[in-house]
Amino acid sequence: MSVDLALFAASIASGAITIVDLTQTLTPDFPIITLPPEMGQCAPFRLEEVSRYDERGPAWYWNNFSVGEHTGTHFDAPIHWISGKDLPDNAVDTIPAQKFIAPAAVIDCSQEAAADPDFVLTVAFLENWESKHGRVEAGSWVLLRTDWSKKSYADYAGLREDGAHTPGPAPEAVKWLVEQRDVHGFGTETIGTDAGQAHHFNPPYPAHFYMHGKGRYGLQCLTNLDLLPPKGAVIVAAPLKIKQGSGSPLRVLALVAK
Amino acid sequence: MTEPLSRPRRKNPLKKTQAPLTPQGVRSRTAHGLTAAAAEGRFELQVCADCAAVIYPPRDACPACLSARLPFKAVDPNGELVAETTVRISTDPYFRERTPWRIGSVKLDCGPVLVAHLHGDTIEGGRVRLALQLDRSGAPVLIAMPARDVPNMAEDVQLREMTCDPKFRRVLITDGRTQVGQAMAKAFSAAGASIVFVGIADAWKPFPGDAALKAIERVEIVPLDITDTESVTELAEQNGGRIDIIVNTAEYTRPGGIVERRGLVVARQEMDVRYFGLMRLAQAFGPALRFRGADGVNSATAFVNLLSVHALMNWPAFGAHSATEAACLSASQAMRAELRPGGVKVVNLFFGPTETEWFQSVPPPKVTPAAIAKATIDALTRGLEDVFVGDVAEDVRERLAANPKALERELAGS
Repeated sequence: MSVDLALFAASIASGAITIVDLTQTLTPDFPIITLPPEMGQCAPFRLEEVSRYDERGPAWYWNNFSVGEHTGTHFDAPIHWISGKDLPDNAVDTIPAQKFIAPAAVIDCSQEAAADPDFVLTVAFLENWESKHGRVEAGSWVLLRTDWSKKSYADYAGLREDGAHTPGPAPEAVKWLVEQRDVHGFGTETIGTDAGQAHHFNPPYPAHFYMHGKGRYGLQCLTNLDLLPPKGAVIVAAPLKIKQGSGSPLRVLALVAK
Repeated sequence: MTEPLSRPRRKNPLKKTQAPLTPQGVRSRTAHGLTAAAAEGRFELQVCADCAAVIYPPRDACPACLSARLPFKAVDPNGELVAETTVRISTDPYFRERTPWRIGSVKLDCGPVLVAHLHGDTIEGGRVRLALQLDRSGAPVLIAMPARDVPNMAEDVQLREMTCDPKFRRVLITDGRTQVGQAMAKAFSAAGASIVFVGIADAWKPFPGDAALKAIERVEIVPLDITDTESVTELAEQNGGRIDIIVNTAEYTRPGGIVERRGLVVARQEMDVRYFGLMRLAQAFGPALRFRGADGVNSATAFVNLLSVHALMNWPAFGAHSATEAACLSASQAMRAELRPGGVKVVNLFFGPTETEWFQSVPPPKVTPAAIAKATIDALTRGLEDVFVGDVAEDVRERLAANPKALERELAGS
């Protein structure tokens, strides 16, 4: 099959292919995962100015930043979870670069999530989606559109006395996506790929447990999923090449044909 | 009787802000014995170890017996105001702006006659009680106070030059998520602060006491995360020019030593909240504080550090925490030197384990957040610089003075 990359580039330039940015801006105040305080914590994004056309550097502006691997819009590699710890090519530096570009199936459950922050994605819901949009193809990202990215930070984090209340997939649904549909990975708008209450599921954190256990990937804190078609978008998601990194903040782009 | 302080009028924006000046503050090494006492609110003079004469001003030899053994000791502060005068003209730039200024000579019951500043409620021939205070230059001075407490005593204009009274001042409490921060907000509101700004980081994270905090009179919640330079800078840009007292209540307490704790993530977080947080506050708010040191009744007046007493000697059970606190203590000493030209005091409160969740498994005695808040108000009202709150802090201080090596071993539990 001959591929016309020049046509591809021209289509981007002409707007025949639009680029949708699925990335949240890295800011210090964006909510991050919160664990019990006696545990190790993911670092929030922080910026320190090195110089800004001043005595510290007269003609240039630059910053140092610090950030956790799982802060902001970020990629989860299989090594992130104990179920994926011994897989080959399981860290961001060893995952083949080919894996960073893949098509997406976008499951819209924004109405259900608006009605119930603890909405759980089920196999039945996915089958219903397939009846309208066709089968979730092997090698696709499955992106959960909840419109969570449009919420205030407090509602986005959804923290209450009994933990976070945010939507996510049921264990059977993740298992089904991996085993029956052979998907590429699972992506969400929320802080994690799993539901806020997923530590009470069996197994706990099923999106992490099953996806990473089978060498699949995760994307979270995505935005603009409402601008994507149910099928047909191509996702470019290449994490930073951190030696034995478990994930990384990254720019996630979707290519959508007009 | 002292007139009660009235709420300062809004500043005329067309008038130049008065630049802070400080009185002459040079003291001899020996005279810093008075500084040490004044910093902690004690009244001490030299007492000859050989002939028991009470000596003032500080000297290197006893004027009665020539002995060189002249330690500072607590003495009876009571005496009689034998003569008073009012200075109306002064060549000193600081006092020129503050005349008329009353001074007088006091005959102490324990012997010496000294020249002192006078509280407004003292009268010639009457009984007075002397106090050692730190003036705007940080140097020790004597002020004759009424023998018994009188109404509005703290509001005397001459005394207020030597204290950091929170009344009608605007305070920033840097972290309102903590129990200490919440107790502090309550205490400053009760002490008459005109605005109590309370910093809240990550407002999306709920915290206990939220509603009660917001219900406190004159509390204004402001977004502030002292681990985020941008957040600190932003608040300083908005409100730095109208904050007179800063109380840094940001805390980070985790058990664990230097060897016995895996990795640096927690240690970095510790340093980020406590040491770098302090530095961010100092850089963002320090210049405005120093500039506004003479800005009327609600001039900038103090920066308060809450420190573990283990800043002075490491407690290995909380070894890394102690090391961080030591860094904060050292930084506070530099801050003192940097803010002193503005007449702004850096107040350090030292305490042992607090009655909070991170010291849950530590046996009493522990200091309550309310006790820390009360001690803060007391320190500011009295113009103190170093305060030891609670039994553990007092004990560590005494044992440190007696034998630092013994204390090191004792804190290690061996």
